[in-house]
Amino acid sequence: MNIPAELKYSTDHEWVRVEANVATIGITDFAQGELGDVVFVELPEVGSDADKDEPLGTVEAVKTVADLLAPISGKVIEINEGLNDQPEVVNSDPYGEGWMVKIEISDIDELDSLMDAAAYQEHIG
Amino acid sequence: MNELKQTPFYEFHTGFNAKMVDFAGYLMPVSYKGINFEHQIVREKLGVFDVSHMGEFFIEGGGAEAFLQNLTINDVSALEDGQAQYSAMCYENGGIVDDLLIYRFSKDKFMMVVNASNIDKDFSWAQTHLLPNVKLTNRSDEFALLAIQGPNSRELLQKLTNVKLQEIGFYHFAEGELAGKSMIISRTGYTGELGFELYHSPKDSKDLWQALFDFGAEMGLEPIGLAARDTLRLEMKYCLYGNDIDETTNPLEAGLGWITKLDKGNFIGRNALLQVKNNKVSRKLIGFRMLERAIPRHGCSVYVNGEKAGIVTSGTHSPTLKEAIGLAYVPASHSKAGMELSIEIRGKQFLAKIVKTPFVNSSPY
Repeated sequence: MNIPAELKYSTDHEWVRVEANVATIGITDFAQGELGDVVFVELPEVGSDADKDEPLGTVEAVKTVADLLAPISGKVIEINEGLNDQPEVVNSDPYGEGWMVKIEISDIDELDSLMDAAAYQEHIG
Repeated sequence: MNELKQTPFYEFHTGFNAKMVDFAGYLMPVSYKGINFEHQIVREKLGVFDVSHMGEFFIEGGGAEAFLQNLTINDVSALEDGQAQYSAMCYENGGIVDDLLIYRFSKDKFMMVVNASNIDKDFSWAQTHLLPNVKLTNRSDEFALLAIQGPNSRELLQKLTNVKLQEIGFYHFAEGELAGKSMIISRTGYTGELGFELYHSPKDSKDLWQALFDFGAEMGLEPIGLAARDTLRLEMKYCLYGNDIDETTNPLEAGLGWITKLDKGNFIGRNALLQVKNNKVSRKLIGFRMLERAIPRHGCSVYVNGEKAGIVTSGTHSPTLKEAIGLAYVPASHSKAGMELSIEIRGKQFLAKIVKTPFVNSSPY
């Protein structure tokens, strides 16, 4: 199981990479493994608001579907358009090409509620 | 909560890193390397499925045929020795108890293969309709079952047996040795591809699996999980009990008129089904394709002209077509290919179109 040390994690299996006041988010290696082959990802519109723990989009796999929840609040400033044509990169490269949304963070303190890699490892058991 | 049962192949599944799930009380592999990969390998080459959870009943004695003729909806008298038949059991009201296969070994020996989740229900239903001179036994624990499916399946199996597989026609079977073990070699399956199912003793399971991979690995043989089994059968519009058919649906509306032999004589459910036929079926199970990006799932509502008019029974993203497909019950008056539907998925309505089935052009013949 790949759990990069430099990322933050939500209990709902989103990862967050923080650079300045921008959070890039996606779903974890564990999450993509549980979902199976991802066939499309519905993402929010650029400019829309993200509210922590509220649905931001959906990740559809062949057998099942999961909400993408916002791990942090803010404004959506970019989405990964590449997932339209190649949703399978969510499976093959969940922390890289498979990123989903970039959010301009509105409340930096919310980051404290996220887990580090060790805590996430424990969370998924 | 009962302990989950394991099939004799459990260690092979975990050895292949399968994701295991509880299915009908059995710990079964849902996928190994990924649904799309597994699906495609069966359509293009060959794959092996552990379906040991299926139930096997034996029906023996002078009254066996008469018993099955009353219990099931297809015409058992049409079977010859070495032939299998797709059929179903119905309640008096025409609802479906289960769909199943019947194998005829001789005029007084048959095997019935039923869905794992229905073994107990089916056995007690059959027992309550027992006739004199019939011995009914549940031998599910005496059989393990592997399905080898795909265009190259016969080529692989022929390396392991002297039985002339080319001579076993679709829905026929032979008893013989394969990989040195005696078994029932059945030209049946649930994928729409050329394929065989091997009913064998659980004590031979490990050797059989090993032999299949010893000879099959170089041909690209892969283990296939229940998830791909579902997408493969759905592309062919093969019904899944508990999803597309159950005690609230009858075989005529489910598109199973071809196995419902109303003129074979009396059988359980016949009167109700005759009535359904005379009044014309009010709803039909149809296949549809999504015209917008959303995947329908079991239980989604179907709307016609703004009115709720039906329900989705199965839905998935078709690995072959690369688009979302599904099965739904819709009013018979709105069931023709080309007609549009709206499917409510996660609170929103999406357009879909009724299409001819099967969804893909595979053929197991």
